[in-house]
Amino acid sequence: MNDLWVISPMLILAGVAGLILLLDLFLPAARKSMLVYLSLLGLGAAILANLAVGHGTRSAFGGAVGIDPLAYFANWILLLSAVLAVLIGQRYLVDLDMEHGEHYALILFATLGGMLMAAGRDLLIVFLGLEVLSLSLYVLAGYRRTDLLSQEAALKYLLLGAFASSFLLYGIALLYGATGTTSLEVLGATLAGRAGGVDLLLILGVGLLGIGLAFKVALVPFHMWTPDVYEGAPSSVTAYMSVAAKAAGFAAVLRIYPQALGTMVSDWAPLFAVLAALTMSIGNIIALAQSNIKRLLAYSGIAHAGYILMGVVASDDFGVASALYYLLAYTFMNLGAFAVLIALREGEREYLSLNDYQGLGHRRPWLGASMALFMLSLAGVPPTAGFLAKVYVFGAAVQAGYLWLAVVAVLNSVVAAFYYLRVIVIMYMREPGAQPAPVSLSPSLALALLLTAWGTLQLGLWPTPVLEMAQESFASLLGV
Amino acid sequence: MVPTGSYLLLSAAFFTIGLLGVLVRRNAIVIFMSIEIMLNAANLAFIALSHQLGSLRGQVFVFFVLAVAAAEVAVGLAIMVAIFRQRGSVDVDEIHLLKG
Repeated sequence: MNDLWVISPMLILAGVAGLILLLDLFLPAARKSMLVYLSLLGLGAAILANLAVGHGTRSAFGGAVGIDPLAYFANWILLLSAVLAVLIGQRYLVDLDMEHGEHYALILFATLGGMLMAAGRDLLIVFLGLEVLSLSLYVLAGYRRTDLLSQEAALKYLLLGAFASSFLLYGIALLYGATGTTSLEVLGATLAGRAGGVDLLLILGVGLLGIGLAFKVALVPFHMWTPDVYEGAPSSVTAYMSVAAKAAGFAAVLRIYPQALGTMVSDWAPLFAVLAALTMSIGNIIALAQSNIKRLLAYSGIAHAGYILMGVVASDDFGVASALYYLLAYTFMNLGAFAVLIALREGEREYLSLNDYQGLGHRRPWLGASMALFMLSLAGVPPTAGFLAKVYVFGAAVQAGYLWLAVVAVLNSVVAAFYYLRVIVIMYMREPGAQPAPVSLSPSLALALLLTAWGTLQLGLWPTPVLEMAQESFASLLGV
Repeated sequence: MVPTGSYLLLSAAFFTIGLLGVLVRRNAIVIFMSIEIMLNAANLAFIALSHQLGSLRGQVFVFFVLAVAAAEVAVGLAIMVAIFRQRGSVDVDEIHLLKG
């Protein structure tokens, strides 16, 4: 029973997703919106179960999965992003004439996969979770199946995602050869007791595993798929995958690298530091040239992955906590920005050019103000969540002795401020064009905007409880 | 008795063949087949190492990989059929509406 109790949030999600698929067959088209309530109910139940299971370290199924502060925190991020994605997507799907039960079921399955990844204490479970998450996202990316862009996004995501999975798998196979286990706990203990010397299998294994995970969280130079997939996928799906895939991927990275491979930190941390610097620089520089808001947010997402990686590089309790804090802050501010993006729409037509935002601050003061808030937070201006998140990861990098990385990151924030603030300038200092972009704000979208704006401010003004929760996450794997 | 090292070399060769296939071929289905070769290269490594180490973990892993690969094929072919219906081709060079 203990085993099932530990994974009860995931079981609830799986059950509700199955129920949605089943009900979808019998519901007449006019009553499909019932499925929204059902999926929100399921997510609510999973959140309650997550609270009830708590964050005390517990393992289940012979140590293959377990709950601990890291998994607990990641579960919160994933469940919150799923709730927000359902709220954001509801009206959008109706307008695009694609409100089918599968959409909600797939979001729940993807969330389940992400949670499995975060809870995995065996590389097998991490791999399975990753595949459940990825397969759901491939389908979601191609959800407008007659739309050429959506199809193309799905194909590119599928081919590159499966390609990355095979690297990850080969890395796991070599690690298995080097250490004789796939359990992260035993792996950590084996490596700690290892005599010095170069082990080719081990180094290749760690490297290939890193490449596979870097693809999934979109680190430069493995980021090429990101802008295309984000642009082509339906906006509500892009919003969800930009945060969920990152949160789950980084949860796995945080568990595997600083914890299980913690004894090899001097081997991989410098490499990750270079990757982080490259990722944020290239993401930010290309974002400068974007005129499509969806692509802009895609490149900004790549840059943010670079900042989060700084927490992994630091690889101590503060580093892990700051990375988790950053992920939560990113969830709120990025989903908020996407909610505004989705509000600028009329029927099927979306208004994605930056010029469509001209004068939005005057025409729709509240919508403009919330977009301004999310942009300031993404740029890292106080008193928002993005500011503190940046302070924490930069601080963690400095503490770990990566001063040069922190300097690169600060310079990057200056570059990034340019394109985030440009959106605000366009909204407030330019007159609307002859045909201003129409706005359709449904109640659920307004609720999502309210929640994300609250989260962005809350994390910026009163971070202590969340940060304390995140700080317990380090070393929980070995039961320390 | 064939030594484990030879199996690992064979699996590395398969992995490289798959990798080259992904990079060189332009038909989405052939690229997908190459990815399957890469996955199976990993499976071969798992089985050889499992035999060498005398533990069953590696072989169990292979069963899971087979199931996952099957699911991936189902999703992948569905996406390709949708694309083929609309465009009449699954050549990745012709699928470039998004500027990447």
